[in-house]
Amino acid sequence: MTATVARDLSAFVARGDDDHGRLELLVRGARCGACLAKIEKTARETPGVGAARFNLTTGKLAVTFAGPSGDPAAVIDALDRAGYPSTPFDPAKAIREEDREGRALALALGVAGFGAGNVMMFTVPVWAGFFGQELTPATREVMYWFAAIVATPCSLFAGMPFFRSAWASLKRRRANMDVPISIGVILTLIVSFSETIQDGEHAYFDAAVMLLFLLLIGRYLDHKLRVRARGAARDLLALQAPVATRIDADGMERVVPIGDVDVGDALAVIPGDRIPVNALVEQGGSELDNALITGETAPVQVGPGSVVHAGALNLSGRLVLRAQARSEDSAVAEIARLMEAGAQSKSRYVRLADKAAALYVPVVHTLALLAFVGVWAIGLGPREALLRAAAVLIVTCPCALGLAVPAVQIVASGRLFRRGILVKSGAALERLAEVDTVVLDKTGVLTEGRPRLIDAPASIVALAAPLARASRHPLARALVETAGCGDVATEVTEVPGMGVEGLIDGRRARLGRAAFVGVDSRHAGETELWFGFDGDVKVRFAFEDAVRDGAARAIADLKALGLTAEVVSGDVAGPVERAAAEVGIAHWTSGVTPFDKATRVEQLQAAGRRVLMVGDGLNDAAALAKAHASMAPGSAVDASQNAADLVFSGGDLASLPEAVRVARAARRRVLENFTFSAAYNIVAAPAAILGLVNPFVAAIAMSGSSLVVILNALRLGLGEKRP
Amino acid sequence: MTILYLLAPISVFLGFMGLVGFWWTLRSGQYEDPQGDAARILDDHLREGPASD
Repeated sequence: MTATVARDLSAFVARGDDDHGRLELLVRGARCGACLAKIEKTARETPGVGAARFNLTTGKLAVTFAGPSGDPAAVIDALDRAGYPSTPFDPAKAIREEDREGRALALALGVAGFGAGNVMMFTVPVWAGFFGQELTPATREVMYWFAAIVATPCSLFAGMPFFRSAWASLKRRRANMDVPISIGVILTLIVSFSETIQDGEHAYFDAAVMLLFLLLIGRYLDHKLRVRARGAARDLLALQAPVATRIDADGMERVVPIGDVDVGDALAVIPGDRIPVNALVEQGGSELDNALITGETAPVQVGPGSVVHAGALNLSGRLVLRAQARSEDSAVAEIARLMEAGAQSKSRYVRLADKAAALYVPVVHTLALLAFVGVWAIGLGPREALLRAAAVLIVTCPCALGLAVPAVQIVASGRLFRRGILVKSGAALERLAEVDTVVLDKTGVLTEGRPRLIDAPASIVALAAPLARASRHPLARALVETAGCGDVATEVTEVPGMGVEGLIDGRRARLGRAAFVGVDSRHAGETELWFGFDGDVKVRFAFEDAVRDGAARAIADLKALGLTAEVVSGDVAGPVERAAAEVGIAHWTSGVTPFDKATRVEQLQAAGRRVLMVGDGLNDAAALAKAHASMAPGSAVDASQNAADLVFSGGDLASLPEAVRVARAARRRVLENFTFSAAYNIVAAPAAILGLVNPFVAAIAMSGSSLVVILNALRLGLGEKRP
Repeated sequence: MTILYLLAPISVFLGFMGLVGFWWTLRSGQYEDPQGDAARILDDHLREGPASD
C-alpha cells in the first residue's frame, strides 16, 4: 500500500542573491524559546541545510541551503517528526513582506523626538525672555537660528508621512486631517523664518516639531494595531494543501504544486492530508473532517462517487480522486475572495477621526483666511496679518484631535489585552461599540469544538481503550482522553471509514461504526462508536460537543447590554438546537453553508442591524470579514483569526460582553475628547485672531490640550477590575 | 555667552548620535522578532542575536 512517491518540492526553493537556495516555511505550534531552539536545531541538522532562522513573532522559518538548491521535503519531514507541522510558501508569493511603513514611521518618530528635544533647548530660554528675564535680542536671534537649523530638516523629514498623505488626498479633491497639519507645519516654518530674519519674537520652530512628534506617536500606535490585521489571505492560502499527489498516466505518483492540478487529473490523498481541490472520489473509502469547511462536527463518510471539497481533512483511508476544479476555483479560494470583498466593504467605514476632520478642516481654514484678510483690512499690515493667520493654524492645529482617538484606543486595547483579548485595529473598536446584534457560530465558539465521551462506565471504557489507542480517528482519541494511558491492541488493522479491528489479550475485537461491529444503530446521525469482542455483547459510546463553561452567563450579559443574539451553524439541527437552548438563545439556524453565513450577516446588515460575528472555522471566515465587527477565539483557524477584528484567548465567552463594554466606554472617551478639543478651539481661535498668542502660549496650549486628552484616555484604564 | 557657539553644537551632536543609534537598531532588524529575541537571550545555544539581514 505504500507506493513510492517522488516528493519533489524543489519548486518552492528560490535562488538567493548569494547563490544559495532559500526556502520559507510557515511553522505551526511554536510557543516559546524552547520551541524556537528545537525548530532551528532540527532544520540546521537536516542534510544540505546551511542556516535556519526562525521568527517566533511571525512563525516564519527562513532556511538557507548550503548549495544552490535543496530538498524542502527533508526539512518539512524533519520538522514534522519534531512535532511542528509546516507549510512552504510559494516563492512567487513569498516576496519579503517587510513592514516598510512601520520602519519609516518609527524613524520619523525618532527624528521628530530628537528635533523636539533639541529645539526646546533653544526655545525655552527664549520663553524666559517673555517674562522679563534678561535676554538680549541678539541672544534671542542666535537661539532662533539654532532652533531653525535643527527644526527645519527634522520637520521636513518627520512631516513626510503627512505631506504625502495630504497630497494624495488633495489629488482626489478631498481634504483629510493631514491637509491642515501639512499646511500648518509648512506655514509655521515659513513664518518663523521670516520672523527670525526680521529679528521678530514670533518664531514657532518648537511648535512645528512638537506638533509632528505628538501626531506621529498617535500615527505609530495606530499603525502597530493595524499591522497584525494583514496577511489574512496569505495565511489562508498557506492553509490550502499547497501540493497535491498526482497519479500520472504511467502510474507514477508525483507531488506537484497545487496550481498545476488540472480538471480531470487523478489525485491520491492519504489519511492526514487535506483534499487539494474539489473532486470526485474514484476509489477507496474514508471519512472526512469537514469542520473547517462547514462546521459539522461529525465526520462524513465518503466512497466512490462522492463529491469532496477542497480543505476537508482525510481521516482514515487512502482516496483516489478525479479533480473537478482547479485550485483557484476551490471552495477555500472562494472563501478567500469573499474575505477580500468583506475587508473592502469594511474599509469604507468612515472613522470617527475622519468625520471630525471633515468638520474641522473647512472651519479652521476659513477662520485663518478671515483673520488674514481682516487684520490686513484694519490696517495692521501684511506681516501682522500673516502672523495671526499662522497663529490660528498653530493653536487650533489638530494636535489634541490627532491624539484623541489613538490615545483612547491604545488604553482600551491595553485593558482588553490584559483580559486576553487582542484588538487588531482602532477602527475595529469603533465598530464594535456600535453593534446591536451578535451572530454566533456553534462549533468551537459556544461549544468546545471537539467530541467528548458522555455517560460511559469507566470499566467499559477501559475495555475498549487498547483498540482506540491504535487509531488516530478523532472519536477514538476522545475515548483515549477519558481512558488515559495503557496497553495498545495488537495485530491492528484499520478499515477506512469503518473502524479498527485487533487483538486485546488474545481476543478479537472491533471498534467503529455500528455496521462494522455488527449491530443496527437506532441513533443514526449522532456521533457514536460501537465496540465489542467477537461473539460477545456490543456496547455503544456516545459523544457530544459540550457547551463551554460560562457560555450561558456570557450570553445573558450580552443581552443585558442590549444585544440580540442568534446562532448560525453549519452543523445538523439536533446539536445546534441543544446548544442554543442551553445558553438561552431562541433564534438558531442549522446546516448553513459558509456562503449562506456571509449572506445571513449581509441580510441583517441590510435590515439596519450592526452585526458582531463570532466564529472560529474556515467556514466563518467570510462572515467574519463581512460583519460590522468580528471576534474569533484563539483556538480558531489562522484564517479566521486573521479575518476577525478581535481575538480572545482560551475561548472564554465572558470576553464578548467585556469587549463590547470597553469598546463603548472607549467611544464615550473619544467623543469627550472631541468635545474638549472643540471647546478649546472656540477659546483659542479668537485669542489667536486678536493677537494674544505668542510662541510660549502656543507651546503651553498645544501640550496642555494634548495632555488633557491623554489623561482623559487614561481614565479608561482606571476602575478596572483586575482579573 | 560665546561658549554657546561651542556647547550648543556639541549638545545637538550628542543628540544626533542617539538618533543615529536608533536608526541603526531599526536597520539591523532589532524590532523584527521581539518574542524570539526575548527567548534567544536566555539560551546559550542561540547566541547569535537579532537577525542582521
